[in-house]
Amino acid sequence: MKVKLENLSKRWGKVVGADRIDLEITDGEFVAFLGPSGCGKTTTLLMVAGIYKPTEGSIRFDERVVNYVAPKDRNIGMVFQSYALYPHMTVFQNISYPLKLQKTSKEEMKQRAQKVADMMDIGHLMDRKPAQLSGGQQQRVALGRALVKEPKLLLFDEPLSNLDARLRLSMRGEIKRLQVELRVTSIYVTHDQVEAMTMADRVAVMKDGKLQAYSPPDELYDQPRTLFVASFVGNPPMNLIEVDVTRENGDYHARADGIDLIVPAERGEKAAGKGRVIMGIRPEDVTISEQEQEGVSGEIYVVEPLGRDDLIDVRVGETSIRVLADPALRLKMGENTALDFNTSKAQFFDPATEQSLLW
Amino acid sequence: MNVKNRLERGGTPPLSPATPERETSPIGARLRSKLEAYGFLSPAVLLVTLFFFIPVVIIFVLSLSDLKSSNFGMLQWWLPVNWSLENYAKIFGNKFFPKILGNTFFYVAVTLTLFNFSSALLIAVLTTHIDRRAGFFFRVLWLLPRLTPSVIYIMMWQRMASRAPHGILNQLLVPLGIGTGGDLIQAAPWFFVIIVNGMIGASFGMVIFTSAIEAIPRDFMMASKVDGASTWQTIRHVILPSIKWPILFVITYQTLSLLTSFEQIMLLTDGGPGLYKTEVWALTAYHRALSNYFGNNQWGYGSAWAVILVIIGVGAAAIYMRVFKFDELVQEPKIDLL
Repeated sequence: MKVKLENLSKRWGKVVGADRIDLEITDGEFVAFLGPSGCGKTTTLLMVAGIYKPTEGSIRFDERVVNYVAPKDRNIGMVFQSYALYPHMTVFQNISYPLKLQKTSKEEMKQRAQKVADMMDIGHLMDRKPAQLSGGQQQRVALGRALVKEPKLLLFDEPLSNLDARLRLSMRGEIKRLQVELRVTSIYVTHDQVEAMTMADRVAVMKDGKLQAYSPPDELYDQPRTLFVASFVGNPPMNLIEVDVTRENGDYHARADGIDLIVPAERGEKAAGKGRVIMGIRPEDVTISEQEQEGVSGEIYVVEPLGRDDLIDVRVGETSIRVLADPALRLKMGENTALDFNTSKAQFFDPATEQSLLW
Repeated sequence: MNVKNRLERGGTPPLSPATPERETSPIGARLRSKLEAYGFLSPAVLLVTLFFFIPVVIIFVLSLSDLKSSNFGMLQWWLPVNWSLENYAKIFGNKFFPKILGNTFFYVAVTLTLFNFSSALLIAVLTTHIDRRAGFFFRVLWLLPRLTPSVIYIMMWQRMASRAPHGILNQLLVPLGIGTGGDLIQAAPWFFVIIVNGMIGASFGMVIFTSAIEAIPRDFMMASKVDGASTWQTIRHVILPSIKWPILFVITYQTLSLLTSFEQIMLLTDGGPGLYKTEVWALTAYHRALSNYFGNNQWGYGSAWAVILVIIGVGAAAIYMRVFKFDELVQEPKIDLL
């Protein structure tokens, strides 16, 4: 089923939950709503679920406007952060609850609940109460309950936030796999950019109720359209440096205190002559120079070993730049070093509008 | 008084860092923790003893004697010589005994069913499904009968139900051709006894049920809606099972409360009209012991009525606790006693 949000807003008096959201989800697509808490992603999700009524705009399922359709008539499945399993019901009763409400026959109810439970690997726990299950098992029951009525749309509200890191990783893979197998159109709300990037076909980044960007993960990463998207997506976050871009002898130079970089023409020409602009460059696009004499020189301020890489904080003049470096280099705090910038990956933003100058 | 002092008064040693003896003698440590537990229990035990057990014992002894206002000061009621079961024989021999017993069961059962439970639940469910402020407003309205002093509350009902053309109810009923325009409380005493008590009683369950419903996590309600439930199905499958314990508590508590309440009935009908029409057990105990004509208060006889009521109440509570499995409510403490 296709989902289309048109100019969708939710306000409570002066409080704005969601502000003129326009977004289209194609049939079978997995879309993540990503943003910090309070950005309106859950508000938007609950409007799609029918729990909140939109103040303005419309929600379409395929072509039909569903603004005033009750949640029970929307044929959706939803998984909550708290799991929201009914504590007085057994696992079987929880999973078969949506079927019971549809007045499905006892036989069919049993069969379908068992099928879903087996798929979720909780078939042997049918007689347990939720309180007797681990967090991961509860999450599977919640997923089973959402899937059992074969919904046209699956909604996830931060479903993995309450799980420990390991379990989150494996559930992440399972949910993605399940979604691909079942081809159910899905919306996944999360504040975890790794979850959004790894699972979704497209990511909708939100901030203060507004849609900031809506694109596939790689595009979001390589071509961030706003400063917020650039700084929110990616871990460790992108370096943001205030620079002046000028053209000298056919080359584009980006200059700041202690920094003078040559920028490829196709990027440089869009940022040149705009006064102070913000240059963004990801930590993996900055490297420790082999020759100390070349590149930008600075002092190593902090070394944080991450295992595969060391995260190095280098001070260049007043600016602090994060760099991912090979631990074999054995860099020490306080040492002087030189940095190479891969400026073909540099981003440029207008500091006033925070919009990208490139995309 | 600080906590340490109170603990000492409660007969427990003050909390102190572990000493060597404590480690070497587990029996001493266990005794100490027992004493600590009793120390914390003592305020409640003291209150229940003072205001329940001691009065019950006094009433029980009184019920064995023939103490009344005419022999007060002469009868040594506390001496076993003066004790007999005569008062109890008198109660069971009383020809109005079956009537009063029946009245009591009728009054408790009907008021509890229609008001203290059903209306309370209905108000709680309705006022939690509308706008928050409107819901709050309606609940406050339902609290008014309880907040109004009994005498004023009953006088209002008596004026409302009084004969035409004074009573407002008759002003509505008579033009419709209903009734004769006489005093409505005289015409339908049980109807008024039950409605007058029920409108006070409903607010207790209402408050308990409302807070219980509002304590249900919002996610459950949302999940139920998304799962395909109508409002009614959500109430039936999610809300009611979630407030099972508050429901059982209200039924138990209100049964006992109704069994022993009598002041509204006393003020409204005083057990009448006629002989024992609306006389309930608690009211009889009061009438015999404290409100007999010519100042002839039969304290001993009235006490016997009261003792039987205590036995009925304790019996009902025990049955409820069994049937409703109250012990399941009490979880084993998760904290290890030191």
